[in-house]
Amino acid sequence: MSAIEASPSVRSTIIWRATSLIRQRPALALSILCLALVALVALGAPLLPYGPFKQDILHRNGVPSAFHWLGTDELGRDVGARLAMGARVSLIVAISSSLIAVAIGVMIGMLSGYLGGFADTLIMRFVDSMYAFPETLFAILIASLVKGQLSGQAPALLEPLAEAYRWSGGLLGVLLTLGFTCWLTTARLVRSQVLALKNSEYILASQLAGASGWFIVKKHLLPNAQPVILVAITFVVPNAILLEAGLSFIGIGVDPPTPSWGTMIAAGVQSLQSYPHLLIAPALAIGATLLALNVVGDALRDLYDPALRR
Amino acid sequence: MHSSDRREQQHRKSARQRSLLEVKNLSMLFPARRRLGQARAWVRAVDGVTLSVISGETLAVVGESGCGKTTLGRAMVMLARPTAGEVSFDNIELTKLSLGALRAARRQLQMIFQDPYGSLDPRQRVEDIVGEPLLIRGVPRRARRERVAELLGLVGLGPDAAPRLPREFSGGQRQRVGIARALAAEPKLIVCDEPLSALDVSIQAQIVALLKDVQQRLVLTYVFISHDLAVVRQIADRVAVMYLGTVVELADAAVIFQAPRHPYTVALLSAVPKLATRSSTSQAPPLVQGDPPSPIDVPRGCRFHPRCWLRERLNNPEICVSAEPFLSGGDKHLSACHFATELVRHATLDFDASASLSAGDSR
Repeated sequence: MSAIEASPSVRSTIIWRATSLIRQRPALALSILCLALVALVALGAPLLPYGPFKQDILHRNGVPSAFHWLGTDELGRDVGARLAMGARVSLIVAISSSLIAVAIGVMIGMLSGYLGGFADTLIMRFVDSMYAFPETLFAILIASLVKGQLSGQAPALLEPLAEAYRWSGGLLGVLLTLGFTCWLTTARLVRSQVLALKNSEYILASQLAGASGWFIVKKHLLPNAQPVILVAITFVVPNAILLEAGLSFIGIGVDPPTPSWGTMIAAGVQSLQSYPHLLIAPALAIGATLLALNVVGDALRDLYDPALRR
Repeated sequence: MHSSDRREQQHRKSARQRSLLEVKNLSMLFPARRRLGQARAWVRAVDGVTLSVISGETLAVVGESGCGKTTLGRAMVMLARPTAGEVSFDNIELTKLSLGALRAARRQLQMIFQDPYGSLDPRQRVEDIVGEPLLIRGVPRRARRERVAELLGLVGLGPDAAPRLPREFSGGQRQRVGIARALAAEPKLIVCDEPLSALDVSIQAQIVALLKDVQQRLVLTYVFISHDLAVVRQIADRVAVMYLGTVVELADAAVIFQAPRHPYTVALLSAVPKLATRSSTSQAPPLVQGDPPSPIDVPRGCRFHPRCWLRERLNNPEICVSAEPFLSGGDKHLSACHFATELVRHATLDFDASASLSAGDSR
């Protein structure tokens, strides 16, 4: 029978495990570096000497040179600067839309799992039917709906929202679209976790002490679902970036003057034969970012795997 | 100290015979083999149990795994709404209350759980776990902290335990935290659901001593669910023996261990491993054969008849299959067997309590 063993606090254990994981996996270190670079570029984009909207008509479709490192596009704009600005859009989309999606998913998953019974069946059948529907198609549907409502003559009620939409260059529409599209996985994960936790004896003890449902959710279910929520985020973020690029590619994402990786790819495809570098740069950026996000996500999942905890 | 002890003793005496918790015809059925949302069969986990728990006593509920002990315990504190029957506590009928009223009314009913690992939130500190009933009642932070320290002291944990996480403790210490949490609600009755079965024998004795000590000091009533007869012998005032969802025998602990009146109880008692084997006098002690029948298809007549050794010795009387025996036999010693009176002649019980029960009151 061991007495109280001196164990370090939870947080420092996690940090220790994270550093050892990074040492074990070179790909993980590389991915973190890559993401850090993307974040740095996105943050520093406005500081670049050559703005993303400045046109140099004489040097249209220019190949990479000492002045334009990644060349210029069909209007003579610097591809490097636009890529950096696009990173900004991607990052904003990734973070904000996953926050929206995860918030919706956690709420619905908690509700479904905790209420159980008929409500649970109803909610989960709805989620199942959403799953059966192709995600991209659904995103296109919502995006065009949102765009239709907010970009043109908006009803008086939606006017402030439309204002924000125009100000953000269509970004708001993308955020809303992705928020309403990407919550499914989160809801499922959270629900199954709640189902597992709901009948645990500490929840029973809490009920015996007179706790309300909200108290139990706040004090026990949310903290104990935290690893699962983190895992859910690692699924949602790359998915959101990819969907944003897809929406922008087909022209219902970010509005044209604002650079986004998706719109850049769309433009690059037009002149693929003659100027492949216009496509290669944004495509590589998206590919590398998604790969890095997945590697980091895997590591986080390993780190927080609920099965390994206790 | 001494005078207050005596006062409490007197208080306990005067509280005697007043029943604190009454269970009437309690049934708890769970749907099995669902099809198209309709239950096609029912698991009769608890099937018509009538009991009363007297204020200040320890009532043990014993029986095999799956006999409905835990379900009965949870229904007693209304963690699960019974399918049928009544539960009343302190003359308030809990089964009739709305959810909100129930939440307030049952604060005096607490529970200590079997699994010291699953019963504490792994992400809460001990002070938050123990302080939770206080927090729910709206006790301010400082008072809460003081009370938690007091409770931790009461269950034998130092104040340094407060800021720690459950994972830093051993099973016995966790069980102490669980007890402190139950006490924080200032209960009158605690249902102890096999609180010892996950612990080492040496730790078991400590927890038993703690439970007894706390009961003395705070004038508590226990419903002690267990399958360990040695422990039951140490702690119980009365014993209810459960078999397949019903109570088959109910009597004072001393009586039931000396002169059981149900063949199942006899079999349970003789199944307790003994340290010193007395020279066996006559027949081998009767043991229950095989597994209990499924609670979905409860045997007709006496539930115990397919496994009953007494029925075999009596040459399979018809009544065991045709009629269900009910708890009867006067106030003090109830038994649900058609041949309760004849049992004495057939059972040569060499269950010697003092020899087989080791752990004792040593602390």
